[in-house]
Amino acid sequence: MIPLSWYLLLSATLFSLGVVGFLIKRNLITVFMSIELMLNGVNLSFVTFAHQWHLVKGQIFVFFVMVVAAAEAAVGLAIIIAVFRARSTLAVDRIDLMKL
Amino acid sequence: MHLILFIVFAGLCLAGAINLLLQTHPINSALSLVVVMSSLAVLYLLLGAEFLAAAQIIVYAGAIMVLFTFVVMLLNAGREEHTMGSGVARILGFPAVAVILGVIATVILKAQGLGSAALSDPITSTEDLSRVLFRELLLPFEVTSVLILIAILGAVALARPGGDERRVGK
Repeated sequence: MIPLSWYLLLSATLFSLGVVGFLIKRNLITVFMSIELMLNGVNLSFVTFAHQWHLVKGQIFVFFVMVVAAAEAAVGLAIIIAVFRARSTLAVDRIDLMKL
Repeated sequence: MHLILFIVFAGLCLAGAINLLLQTHPINSALSLVVVMSSLAVLYLLLGAEFLAAAQIIVYAGAIMVLFTFVVMLLNAGREEHTMGSGVARILGFPAVAVILGVIATVILKAQGLGSAALSDPITSTEDLSRVLFRELLLPFEVTSVLILIAILGAVALARPGGDERRVGK
């Protein structure tokens, strides 16, 4: 028997680690991977609450998140390829065309 | 048994996530993300979500991470360099993240009526899942298929050489 709060704490920790990665990583692909980590952390809390309330819809929400994440990964990586082709770099500090 | 499985795979999950942050080469980060996603699949199974565990392995640890490693190798991404921007992110970011984590943790720990999970809990079968998905939520399901279609078209249009290069490159 495991209290469900442990799962929720793990999910919150994964989300925070994703935020930390998003902030400190300087490579475009790794920043994108941190976003995937955040999505996974949120998915875990969805599954935990689906277990808590015995509702199937929580799990279906995770299914939709996965679909959106797959679409996001496809489009995002295509954008990364286009950016690399135009700027020949993946460092986020050098991709500053739209910066003030 | 549940406790051992939880501790092992939650530990793997956290170790993979921390390794993702510490590694400087993107391919190492991608492989540790695979570890995170695979151990999350086991945690889903512990919570009785068998379909999601399979989908997590196939879609996340399989398809999406293959896409990531493919792009990392295609672009020949080297080690990342640290610049001024990372310093600012460290100073402002870490306290903010600590506050977020602290707030969420207090809310979770103070919450009343949270249940517990055991191995003997009923498993949500794919049948239950598909009954809700294809009856009550049929329209959202069809909308996601349109979304995927648009994403495919967008990915092809963006990654194709020429076209957008003239506008982005100058």
